[in-house]
Amino acid sequence: MSDPVTALNGATFNAGIASVAEVPLQGMITLRGDLSAAAIQKAATVTIPGDMPTAGRARIEGENGVAWMSPDEALVLCPYADVSAVLEKMQKTLGNSRALAVDVSDARASFRISGPHAREVLAKLCPVDLSPAVFTSGMFRRTRMAQVPAAIWLSDTDCLQVISFRSQAQYVFDLLVVAAQPGSSVDLY
Amino acid sequence: MLILTCPVCGVTAEETEFHGGGEAHLKRHGPGSSDENFEEYLFMRENPRGVHFERWRHVYGCGKWFHAARCTTTLEVFGTYPAQTYEPPKDLLAKISKKRPGWAWRDLA
Ligand SMILES: [Zn+2]
Repeated sequence: MSDPVTALNGATFNAGIASVAEVPLQGMITLRGDLSAAAIQKAATVTIPGDMPTAGRARIEGENGVAWMSPDEALVLCPYADVSAVLEKMQKTLGNSRALAVDVSDARASFRISGPHAREVLAKLCPVDLSPAVFTSGMFRRTRMAQVPAAIWLSDTDCLQVISFRSQAQYVFDLLVVAAQPGSSVDLY
Repeated sequence: MLILTCPVCGVTAEETEFHGGGEAHLKRHGPGSSDENFEEYLFMRENPRGVHFERWRHVYGCGKWFHAARCTTTLEVFGTYPAQTYEPPKDLLAKISKKRPGWAWRDLA
């Protein structure tokens, strides 16, 4: 067996207006099914018991969490090493429900953008109002980052996290580095 | 640039987060239809100056299809509504009539 590694081996960039860092391997499970059904909601929240987040929202604590992706899709987060155990638990919870749960951990890359200008870096790349008054904690936004899809959320006041496709990891990292280059702050927020 | 609101997930964003899907409310004529109907279904499209109805997909967001009513000259978006319908909602038609008196589009007015 080979050792699992992230797409960019933990690449970082700290010389700009915000720090960009590739996040270590994160367990991710895509759950498809009718999110209004009780069994599906229970399976979706298996790593973070509580309510299923409403449209455009997520509940994420550390490596565990659940995000609303669309009316029939949720993203379940868990530690990378726990994916098969969590999947098994989800399958049990789902029973005969019409649903699909698949490990997508190795299909994704994640990045953390931190620092007082973190919002600005992403605002340069996404058609999203990232002002502190509008983009708040608990929101989970699927959007476009330059030419590729991405999902973003606020993991802390000054820290945003991004998920992209693994095959686009280098492109996304390069985008973030350019958007964070020294002297490029707009001081909008 | 168009500012669209996805009726599925509620996100409002500019058009680059979406993808246009052509004219709305086309009737699909398939096997067994007349040549005229099939030709109409394949090729005949409205190209109005003013009120227009289209299909859009929230391609970078929730991924779902929906409908939009907009003005092709001013790019004003009158409203968006779910994909699972054969016609625009009555209140949207009333809103358009108020803003563009005398408008017509196919057999809507
Ligand atoms: Zn949407």
